[in-house]
Amino acid sequence: MKIKNILITFVSALALLFSTSVVSFAKVVGDKIILGAAISLTGKYSSNGVHTQNGYNMAVDRINSMGGVKVGGKTYKFDIIYYDDESNPKRAAQLAERLISQDKVEFMLGPYSSGLTKAIAPVTEKYGVPMVEANGASRSLFTKGYKYLFAVLAPANLYLDVAIRTAVELNGGKGVRIAQAFEQDAFSQDVRLGILDAAKETGSQIIIDDKLPKELNDMAATLVKVKQMKPDVLVVSGHTKGALTAIRQISEMKVDVPMLAMTHCDAAKLSKQHGKNSQYALCASQWHKTLTYKDDFFKDGMTYAADFEKEFGYDPPYQSAESSAALLVFKDAFERANTFDQKKVRDALAATNMQTFYGNIKFAPGGQNVDKPMVLFQVMCDAGGKCENKVVAPLKWASAELIHPIPKWSER
Amino acid sequence: MNKNSWILYIGILVFGLVAPFIFPAFKVQLSILCVLIVLATTWNIQGGEMGYNTFGNILFYGLGMYLCASVQVGMFFPLAEWTESGGEKTFVHTPSQFFQGMAAGLVVAAVVPTIVAGLIGYAILGLRGHYFAICTLGLGVAAGEISGGIEIIGAGQGFTTPPFPNIGGLEARGEFFYFLSFGALVLTFIAVRAIYTTRFRLILNAIRDNEDKAEAMGIETMKYKITGWMISAFFCGLAGGIMGGLVGYIDSTDVAFDGREMGVFMVLMAILGGKGTLWGPIIGATLFHFFKEGFWTFFLGWQYVALGVLIVVIVIYFPEGLMGWLREKYPERFGEVVDEADRKAQVELK
Amino acid sequence: MDFLVFQYPMITIQACLDGLLLGILFALIAYGMALQWGVMNIINIAQGDLVILGGYIAYFMYLYGIHPAWGVIVSPIIMYFVGIAIYKLVINKVVDRDLFISILATFGISILFMQLMNFAFGADVVLANSGYGTTMLFDNNVVLPNSKIFSAFISIVFAICLVVYMKRSKLGRAIRATAQNARAAKILGVNTEKVYAATFGINAALCGVAGALISITFTIHPYMGLPYTIRSFMIVIVAGLGNLPGVAMSGMGLGIFEEFADYILGTEFRIGSVFLLLVLILVYRRFKLSRKREYLK
Repeated sequence: MKIKNILITFVSALALLFSTSVVSFAKVVGDKIILGAAISLTGKYSSNGVHTQNGYNMAVDRINSMGGVKVGGKTYKFDIIYYDDESNPKRAAQLAERLISQDKVEFMLGPYSSGLTKAIAPVTEKYGVPMVEANGASRSLFTKGYKYLFAVLAPANLYLDVAIRTAVELNGGKGVRIAQAFEQDAFSQDVRLGILDAAKETGSQIIIDDKLPKELNDMAATLVKVKQMKPDVLVVSGHTKGALTAIRQISEMKVDVPMLAMTHCDAAKLSKQHGKNSQYALCASQWHKTLTYKDDFFKDGMTYAADFEKEFGYDPPYQSAESSAALLVFKDAFERANTFDQKKVRDALAATNMQTFYGNIKFAPGGQNVDKPMVLFQVMCDAGGKCENKVVAPLKWASAELIHPIPKWSER
Repeated sequence: MNKNSWILYIGILVFGLVAPFIFPAFKVQLSILCVLIVLATTWNIQGGEMGYNTFGNILFYGLGMYLCASVQVGMFFPLAEWTESGGEKTFVHTPSQFFQGMAAGLVVAAVVPTIVAGLIGYAILGLRGHYFAICTLGLGVAAGEISGGIEIIGAGQGFTTPPFPNIGGLEARGEFFYFLSFGALVLTFIAVRAIYTTRFRLILNAIRDNEDKAEAMGIETMKYKITGWMISAFFCGLAGGIMGGLVGYIDSTDVAFDGREMGVFMVLMAILGGKGTLWGPIIGATLFHFFKEGFWTFFLGWQYVALGVLIVVIVIYFPEGLMGWLREKYPERFGEVVDEADRKAQVELK
Repeated sequence: MDFLVFQYPMITIQACLDGLLLGILFALIAYGMALQWGVMNIINIAQGDLVILGGYIAYFMYLYGIHPAWGVIVSPIIMYFVGIAIYKLVINKVVDRDLFISILATFGISILFMQLMNFAFGADVVLANSGYGTTMLFDNNVVLPNSKIFSAFISIVFAICLVVYMKRSKLGRAIRATAQNARAAKILGVNTEKVYAATFGINAALCGVAGALISITFTIHPYMGLPYTIRSFMIVIVAGLGNLPGVAMSGMGLGIFEEFADYILGTEFRIGSVFLLLVLILVYRRFKLSRKREYLK
């Protein structure tokens, strides 16, 4: 019965492995404040995950080089432990648990996407770990009564709300006919709910309501329906994939629609990939570099964009900007709390009221940022075919006037 | 059963019971390990003993997950309002509601997949070989895609399972789910071990070795195949229900009907350890879990490359698994009597 | 449920045409699948990932200013060697083993490829613009992007070339002989090892063509492979091994089925319905065959 001996050896070897692999980090080691973050480095969200990570890193470097965080008369520097959540909620929940119980992290930064944030929030809440997240916009995150969750961004249902209201306004206050196609994921479905609310309030009518599967790369069916039913507004949301597929097929099928509203245009580098075909698309964004907000670290949007480009080699999408803002919020809260006690830091976070280059930040009881409007920009191209995103709403920052209705394909 | 094996079983049981207190930081990983072992062991009933390589056991796992959460919510609150995204109302389970719901949910999560397995078994298990493998793969993916379109269980929004009630210390949630999954593991092990000592296992082996002959011998193979699948479905459903509560958030294709990951992992774990043995899947699952956690820690971002290579290496070089390799190396320890002369003759023949 | 598709006759025509053009593309991938399955008895889960890799080749040409349509020539050449490399490294070790082993081994390759593509190209969705226009039919009510017509046309050309090549060339005859009886072919002097390598290479090349076409007509993304694998598998099962006209027919049938499922059940159930159809077809086959007391082996 030696096989049993083998098994016994095996079991004891496992026990040994477990006991040696306990590595412990404390939240504050020496002069470092260690934050934990699960980021999508692989999987379907990995490009946006990297934007998020770059945003975090940029802010960490900047804050550290400009003097760090002063708590209790001592200066601390930020440091982040990253794990790869593979764009998978199950993995994200596991990693949150691991960051908190194994790495002893006491403060967390958010992952990319609403779905993953939804998976992490119950864990951080259970352990009372304050989490400032920058990429989970789904409204249902803020109605669960979470006390340790703070989002620097506006909730998802507001993303395209402005677009619908603008369309109604331009229609002389009468309701419009809306066609919509949304991917089957937490974020896009929340954008959809926002549209449903806006439609109800403005007396608009939804004539096409499609849901796109996650692996979709063909939305011809929706567009054929749009061609037949002739709605006034077409709304598409499905991360970068949805935006790119929509523009490709709209331009190929010559679908004429007076207003086309989308999300994730800048992350999709829409104007770069599609050139003139993407002209007139309206895009909801959390941030745009021409906004006139200011702070001490990044000065303003234009400076941030330039510095970011110098460091990472591309124009920052709003995902990076809001991630950088999350660290500014943490720094501010630590300094006001003047301690590392989680409860006190949480209370300090809840009392946040500040301006960053990204926008004003002030949290509602649910944790969402209520002090920052969404911006809407339109892709505009000059005669040479060079396209740029120009802010068209809200009017305070508008650098161009909204072109409405979109000219027909036959006249372009 | 001799003395040595009793010592081993009691040793493992004691280890399992004290583990969360010795390694409090690893409770979640340990719970997941238990769930993985349950899945690998039950996959082995089809893939190892019966010769039916299924990718479809994920169907029962996902079904169990959704059912458990739905029952837990639905017993006390309207399910549609709970899952409706952005619903303005907040529902909170009291501790007794949570545990009652969980208990009822787990019963449903185990029983319903069993019935489903019985119903579809006749149609699906008539397929053979790779047709069966691909059909079950399709079944799992279809279930994921379709459940992602059903509003009442959250559709694309996902389904947040009831949060653990605010009782006990910080560790209460982890301990509760650990013991739940460890309990499921013990239950599965006892059941499978009991089954493997009966004639039932021999019949399954006969089906694996030659189904036509088994049928010619007068065995109603279909009856046994369906029974075997129902047993797997029972424990997969249970494991799914527990995992749903543990993760706290159910997404149709990424968490519940996770055929690309969990569905394939259960096959790999069983193969890694050695299919067709009682201990193989258990050892395989444990090793696999360690590999995977190791990859995640040390190859940040590259873990899937490492995993892909691992899969290829396992199936090419160790298709019989660890137990099979040991068995070839030390046949005596497995109680096989080997005639040295005969063995040499065989080697020469090769 | 939505029966809009039947209320407007133009939508019905549009759906049929869209499905047909899509189906021809699927059939090309499925043809590669049928070839390797028939010859080597391998089910290649990484088929879809080879397609995506082929798409990236065309995309990179587009990025460097070369018209992506040239991808349909460059991509198969590169993919042929990729295929040979995969064969030498992995497939030749599983070729005479149980089919399930080949499924798992190629699954491992699939995971590896997805991840390597993610590292090399990023997880961004990309596409190559062909700049082809649009064809309008029936008073502008039915629109067909020329890129779709182009890809269907190229698929047909490649399929025909391959059929002729298999009939006429020496290698083609060797491949067919090996498919019929590998052992006999070996005795008669066919180097089966070489034939297997060439078969896998040709399959990869076909995937390369299809990928280039997909990057011109739709979008590509490192994690998009599996649905293509399943679709081609399904097409082959419906058609039967070695039945090339059958592959073409069932490919087009699947394309049309998908479009109609999209309109009637809703887009969210499109992929789910494809997989469900696979299950139903297999079950139907099982009952049909069991009546004759034959077993699927």
